[in-house]
Amino acid sequence: MICAAASALEDGAMVVVGTGAPCAAAMLAQKTTAPNLTLMFEAGGVGPRLPRMPISVGDSRTFYEGLMATSMSDIMETCQRGIVDYTFLGGAQIDAYGNLNSTMIGDDFQHPKVRLPGSGGASDLGSLCWRVLVITPHDRRRFVEKLDFVTTPGYLDGPGAREAAGLPPGSGPYKVITSLAVLGFNDTTKRMQIESLHPGVTVEQVQAETEFELGCCSPLGVTAEPTTEQLEILRREVDPHGYIIGR
Amino acid sequence: MSMRGKGPLFAEPDCDAARQWFRDKPKQMSDKVMSVEEAVRRFVADGDYLASGGFGGDRIATALLHEIVRQQRQGLSFAGHTATHDFQLLCAGNDTGRGQLLKRVDVAYIVGLEARGLSPHARRVVESGQVELCEWTNYTLALRFQAASMGVPFLPVRGFAGTDTFKYSAAARVTCPYTNQELTVVPALWPDVAVIHVHEADRFGNCRIRGTSVSDWHLARAAKKLIVSCERLISNDDIRRDPTATAIPFYCVDAVCHVPCGSYPGNMPYEYFSDEEHLREWLTIEKDFDAYLAFIDRLIFSTTNFEEYLERCGGAARMAELRKQELEPR
Repeated sequence: MICAAASALEDGAMVVVGTGAPCAAAMLAQKTTAPNLTLMFEAGGVGPRLPRMPISVGDSRTFYEGLMATSMSDIMETCQRGIVDYTFLGGAQIDAYGNLNSTMIGDDFQHPKVRLPGSGGASDLGSLCWRVLVITPHDRRRFVEKLDFVTTPGYLDGPGAREAAGLPPGSGPYKVITSLAVLGFNDTTKRMQIESLHPGVTVEQVQAETEFELGCCSPLGVTAEPTTEQLEILRREVDPHGYIIGR
Repeated sequence: MSMRGKGPLFAEPDCDAARQWFRDKPKQMSDKVMSVEEAVRRFVADGDYLASGGFGGDRIATALLHEIVRQQRQGLSFAGHTATHDFQLLCAGNDTGRGQLLKRVDVAYIVGLEARGLSPHARRVVESGQVELCEWTNYTLALRFQAASMGVPFLPVRGFAGTDTFKYSAAARVTCPYTNQELTVVPALWPDVAVIHVHEADRFGNCRIRGTSVSDWHLARAAKKLIVSCERLISNDDIRRDPTATAIPFYCVDAVCHVPCGSYPGNMPYEYFSDEEHLREWLTIEKDFDAYLAFIDRLIFSTTNFEEYLERCGGAARMAELRKQELEPR
């Protein structure tokens, strides 16, 4: 997942990342194919030379030897101005249009089965950055027909819905990188479709782990296996303590 | 789409009432240094709307939050803006046999401690339904402070439209008079009281922050009452030698508390890293309710001040380790 996510980021782009897998992917991209990738963190860190993985998106690692330590509004407004290409998001649930739930599980807002943290910066970043990348394990509990709560807008209920709601035109979910496949969104329907399968995974397997009906790109690709070099860098430089890798 | 989210407004966006408040606020360059106990006793009242600076577990005013819990304030509203350990701390005042500290919460991020996991006790408090919630996002709550700091009743944003987050917020929809675009607007938020931890302050409340400011530049200007805690108390001459470094001016500040290590167990940029072992212990112990009660009794309720808490967490030796982690991260 981390290697596939890293390859989605081109050199010279700007990306707002969170902690964990997204940060590992961005660091890997920086050390391989995208040395001039600018990392930003929602609490205000810009362009750090990350000495190791941050624990919090606001901790001092996020601006260690950085270019700027600014404010949350400055980061979000930079996204709103249209400068930021990518953000990485996750969530407890995702639907066919790439809408995300990180607020609650259950059907009663005042008495949820599980209360989750809420939007944090996710709904802002998912609204204001050009392209949203999602990294998530792939199973039927997460890939659902209907979210318990729409925290962060994907394509909402289909083509034109983002624009009609007042979200910036031309923005939205771009890729969903899972434990089984890399998925994208159909240009016409805005529904999720498989772009490439991880080695050894079948379409049936991915569909079985997904509640909603998935489309398929043609021809269907195979996700590149992580190279020895990528794995070396991940293990030695990005995550030497194994916080993310091998979990 | 409805024109306004159905969430409740916990504070009225009345800019003229705020102007009157700020007009009447004492503005002399007086000595505001006092103990944490006195600052909380004088400036945090039952029923107040409270906001906490920093980023949940980064540059937070832990000593002031402990004292609010220790003095058992009741019925507070709270801005859950990037709240993690700060929210976890305040939840120690709910469901632990001491009344109900939190009553209403504007939510952007609560209950979780980022990658560290969810707080079992915060979940108990929130999932029981005893706390009234209104949903926002990190940026829109920051923008509410920004509107208040500007002295205007609302500000527009292009985000979070079309979501349940909007539906359960108190945001509204407007049409731009220039472009006819649909926009979301969020109401100004003037908290009754805010607590912010800074690197340096003089006795009058002129403050310096190093590293990211998160939303504290606006929060300090939006808060009706502001208590700052500082790592170091410096002279007014020091402030005047480098006025560019002043992030918060004295006229925003009501109390200055000198609390070295005051963000512990949170991170303080360029000073000390977060105590991940202590935070992990806290999360683990919350699973067992009786053990949790004994834990908060030992660390908060049976201590008389923050220094005792630091001692019980390893004192100077532990702080030296965290200082090393912060200054030599490679």
